[in-house]
Amino acid sequence: MHPEFEAVIGLEVHAQLSTQSKIFCGCRARLADGTSVADAAVNSNTCPVCAGHPGALPVLNRRVVEYALRAGLATNCRIRTTNVFARKNYFYPDLPKGYQLSQYEEPICEGGYLDVAVSETETKRVRLQRIHMEEDAGKSVHFPGYSLVNLNRAGVPLIEIVSAPDLSTPAEAGAYLRSLHAIVTALGICDGNMQEGNFRCDANVSVRPRGARELGTRTEIKNVNSFRFVEKAIEYEIARQIQLVKGGGKVVQETRTYDSDRNLTLSMRSKEEAEDYRYFPDPDLLPVLLEEAWIEEIRRGLPELPEQKKARFIRDFGIAPADAAILVGSRELADFCEATIAELSRSGMEPRAAGKPAANWLVGELRRLANEQGLEVSQSCLTPGHLADVVRLTQEQVISGQGAKTVIAEAWRTGETIASIVDAQGLRQVSDTGALVPAIDKVIAANPKQVAEFKAGKEKLLGFFVGQVMKETGGKANPALVGDLVRKRLK
Amino acid sequence: MTQTLRTIREVHDAFDQKRLSPMELTREYLRAIGASRHNAFLTVCEERALGQAKVAEALLAREGRVPRERLPLLGVPLAIKDNLVIDSIRTTCASRILENYVPPYTATCVARLEAAGAVTLGKTSLDEFAMGGSNENSAFGPVLHPTHPDRVPGGSSGGSATAVGAGLCVAALGSDTGGSIRLPASYCGVVGVKPTYGGVSRYGLVAFASSLDQVGPMANSVEDAALLLEVMGGHDPRDSTSAVAAATPARDALGEPDWRGLRIGVPEEFFVEGLAPEVERATRAALSWFEKEGAKLVPVRLPHAKHSVAVYYLIAVSEASSNLARFDGVRYGTRPSGEERDLAAFYRKARAGFGAEVKRRIILGTFALSSGYAEAYYRRACQVRRLIKDDFDRAFEKVDLIAGPVSPGTAFKLGEKLTDPLRMYLNDIFTIPANLAGLPALSVPNGKDAHGLPIGLQLLAPQFGEARLLGAAHAFEKGRA
Repeated sequence: MHPEFEAVIGLEVHAQLSTQSKIFCGCRARLADGTSVADAAVNSNTCPVCAGHPGALPVLNRRVVEYALRAGLATNCRIRTTNVFARKNYFYPDLPKGYQLSQYEEPICEGGYLDVAVSETETKRVRLQRIHMEEDAGKSVHFPGYSLVNLNRAGVPLIEIVSAPDLSTPAEAGAYLRSLHAIVTALGICDGNMQEGNFRCDANVSVRPRGARELGTRTEIKNVNSFRFVEKAIEYEIARQIQLVKGGGKVVQETRTYDSDRNLTLSMRSKEEAEDYRYFPDPDLLPVLLEEAWIEEIRRGLPELPEQKKARFIRDFGIAPADAAILVGSRELADFCEATIAELSRSGMEPRAAGKPAANWLVGELRRLANEQGLEVSQSCLTPGHLADVVRLTQEQVISGQGAKTVIAEAWRTGETIASIVDAQGLRQVSDTGALVPAIDKVIAANPKQVAEFKAGKEKLLGFFVGQVMKETGGKANPALVGDLVRKRLK
Repeated sequence: MTQTLRTIREVHDAFDQKRLSPMELTREYLRAIGASRHNAFLTVCEERALGQAKVAEALLAREGRVPRERLPLLGVPLAIKDNLVIDSIRTTCASRILENYVPPYTATCVARLEAAGAVTLGKTSLDEFAMGGSNENSAFGPVLHPTHPDRVPGGSSGGSATAVGAGLCVAALGSDTGGSIRLPASYCGVVGVKPTYGGVSRYGLVAFASSLDQVGPMANSVEDAALLLEVMGGHDPRDSTSAVAAATPARDALGEPDWRGLRIGVPEEFFVEGLAPEVERATRAALSWFEKEGAKLVPVRLPHAKHSVAVYYLIAVSEASSNLARFDGVRYGTRPSGEERDLAAFYRKARAGFGAEVKRRIILGTFALSSGYAEAYYRRACQVRRLIKDDFDRAFEKVDLIAGPVSPGTAFKLGEKLTDPLRMYLNDIFTIPANLAGLPALSVPNGKDAHGLPIGLQLLAPQFGEARLLGAAHAFEKGRA
């Protein structure tokens, strides 16, 4: 944090809605297997409506309104019961009609908020200005000397979620974005894949002398495609603006782009070049009137939200707050965790006893494996049943922590049962006192100096003895048991 | 022979009596179109027409008689204004920009007519993108009046009006944004109906001004117009603005109207300076005829109607500036060479392909919607539009129909108004209010002037009052014959 300046940050998020069909026609909004329509054969996922053929007319997809309502109701917004779509007019080759259908003066949701955990102990209320529905454009692909347009994505539904300028650090912006991401994925309205552009973010950034009331001139950083890059882009931009202002310069209102390779932002176009979008109500779509009863039905059908889930994980499963926050940030991790705990409960373990180890493995080892291989946990062969077995066997000291990691890696890859992996790899711990005593005696005999020191009170050396015994037994000994035995032996 | 078979009823009687077959009739019309010097058609779809006629012929052979309930348009040759798309048939909108555009789908209204057995002869000329009132704005040359070749047929559905008037088809489709069906119908002496906004699907109609555009029939009789309307009207799930409960005007409504107590509103605003004396005389004579039949004439006021032209030319051009944005040379329109420096240069070149009138309107519309001006122009126009509609709502509390002239004059000479857009715009002064208010209105022939040029009578009804409107026009058409 800069001693003299503070930053003011607002985020605009475009979330692609995971409806079956596009917003104004019957073309697919995602492929049958849930993957992006961008992967379909070029321009195959189009019709006269989304390709902007002369004479074709839009018809609103009811499901899009429902999804937008879910987003608004989950973020405490006021719902507008009369919805109007407007035309945002501009020329670009991947905009087939020459205008984008969007909401302008009358967005479906207004004035909500999100309580974002900005640290272990602190939450910050971030206000939402609006959520509105709109259609996505096609995609331009540029080559040297020419460009091509793919309209497969044209007409895929989006909601734009606009925050108030309530954020003041890159970390807060990141926390808000993660929280929002967790909500839209938990609601089942967005796949949330940032690399594929399901969840895109523009950041509005300005700086002002600390404590000043007036806002500085802002710049807008466009389309950053990961949480980390959003934070880094904002961080760079704040530093750039502070340096500029301190040097007597002026921030120019402009749109900037983030270059993640060089970690800097670059000017795209200034306000003078900004377009006049000539918004006006689309005469092809009548105002959409929402019935209160329908809104209430959707409100009642909302799933548990990440913040609520987090509280429940802490309360019912005894999961540490930091772990709970990570788990609820991803719907699939949270679901995996619950399924594992359910398995363990069925075999008689208390949920509060099961929660902590299950969460530890998920947040630690499983996430590490997922990141390493660029996969989701659900894309591996490992199931909640596997993880439950691992937790149980570790708890019963049948396998060691180290052994458990080996088992998990193997089950992740092959999907074999835990029992068969433990047996095949000989990972069963030696918990038989009779079998361990000879090894302990051997270690004690070989290390008289350490024995003397331990006896003189150097308790730390216990670990040394345990380690030696483990080595002696090829890692199969139950370390806790070894510790107990060593202690008894040397008393 | 086509000259003697002017209506659908006559065509079907001839089929029933085996005096003529659908193939013979279609060939005859195709020959007449080929021989015509009116320039009414931009594209003749001979193959499609003959294919459809062949199917009609086979059906007729099987059935013995025309199944008038099931296939009310069996074998009836129609012409379609070239701003309605038909799958695989070139649609130009009379613009260089769309000279080579072949659409991949068919407009709902055309599909419904064809499903009822109609034969599509071809696509008729219009003012480019339906912008104009004389059909002189076509990129492919003006259309000539059916009987007076030195005169315009009116516009923008001038090709359809001439085709019907000159016996080049039995009936036709036009579109009406500010009078584009009624004006040419009156100039060419045919019947033209602009339905209630939402009455006929706009899916497949290349948009000029979406909140004003309506597709409607042009025909040699009110009965034929009613039949076409009945077949193509009604809700279309592909058009959000098409009315769910649209009252399709049944031909049943064409029985003897109950004149007793029928109140016809006569707005003083329709009898203003500039109205040609012969048109005024003919209109007053028609009113007297209605009165004589038992209707009651009631003076009504439409105080905001005088703003109609101004309001129309703000709203229509604003919507048009956006509707025509897609003709940018990327997918539709003239393709620049690709060597342009940047996108701006690319667009400049591509959009140079529009005609002068279209450019004028795009520029006006862009201005009217632009930041800092939209409040004073576009939005103000929308507010006044509401007042104009309110005037009609109030008037229709007191009357059942409103009657007046269609146009201040009769068909003018080619080139006469071309250099004076304002005068051309004022020509729409009596037709525009129905579009702004979304009302059904029609033009029915009402005699001729001293040059032998047809005069039209305009009737307007409340929204979805087509049955009453067509019933009165039908009675007038019969009674005055």
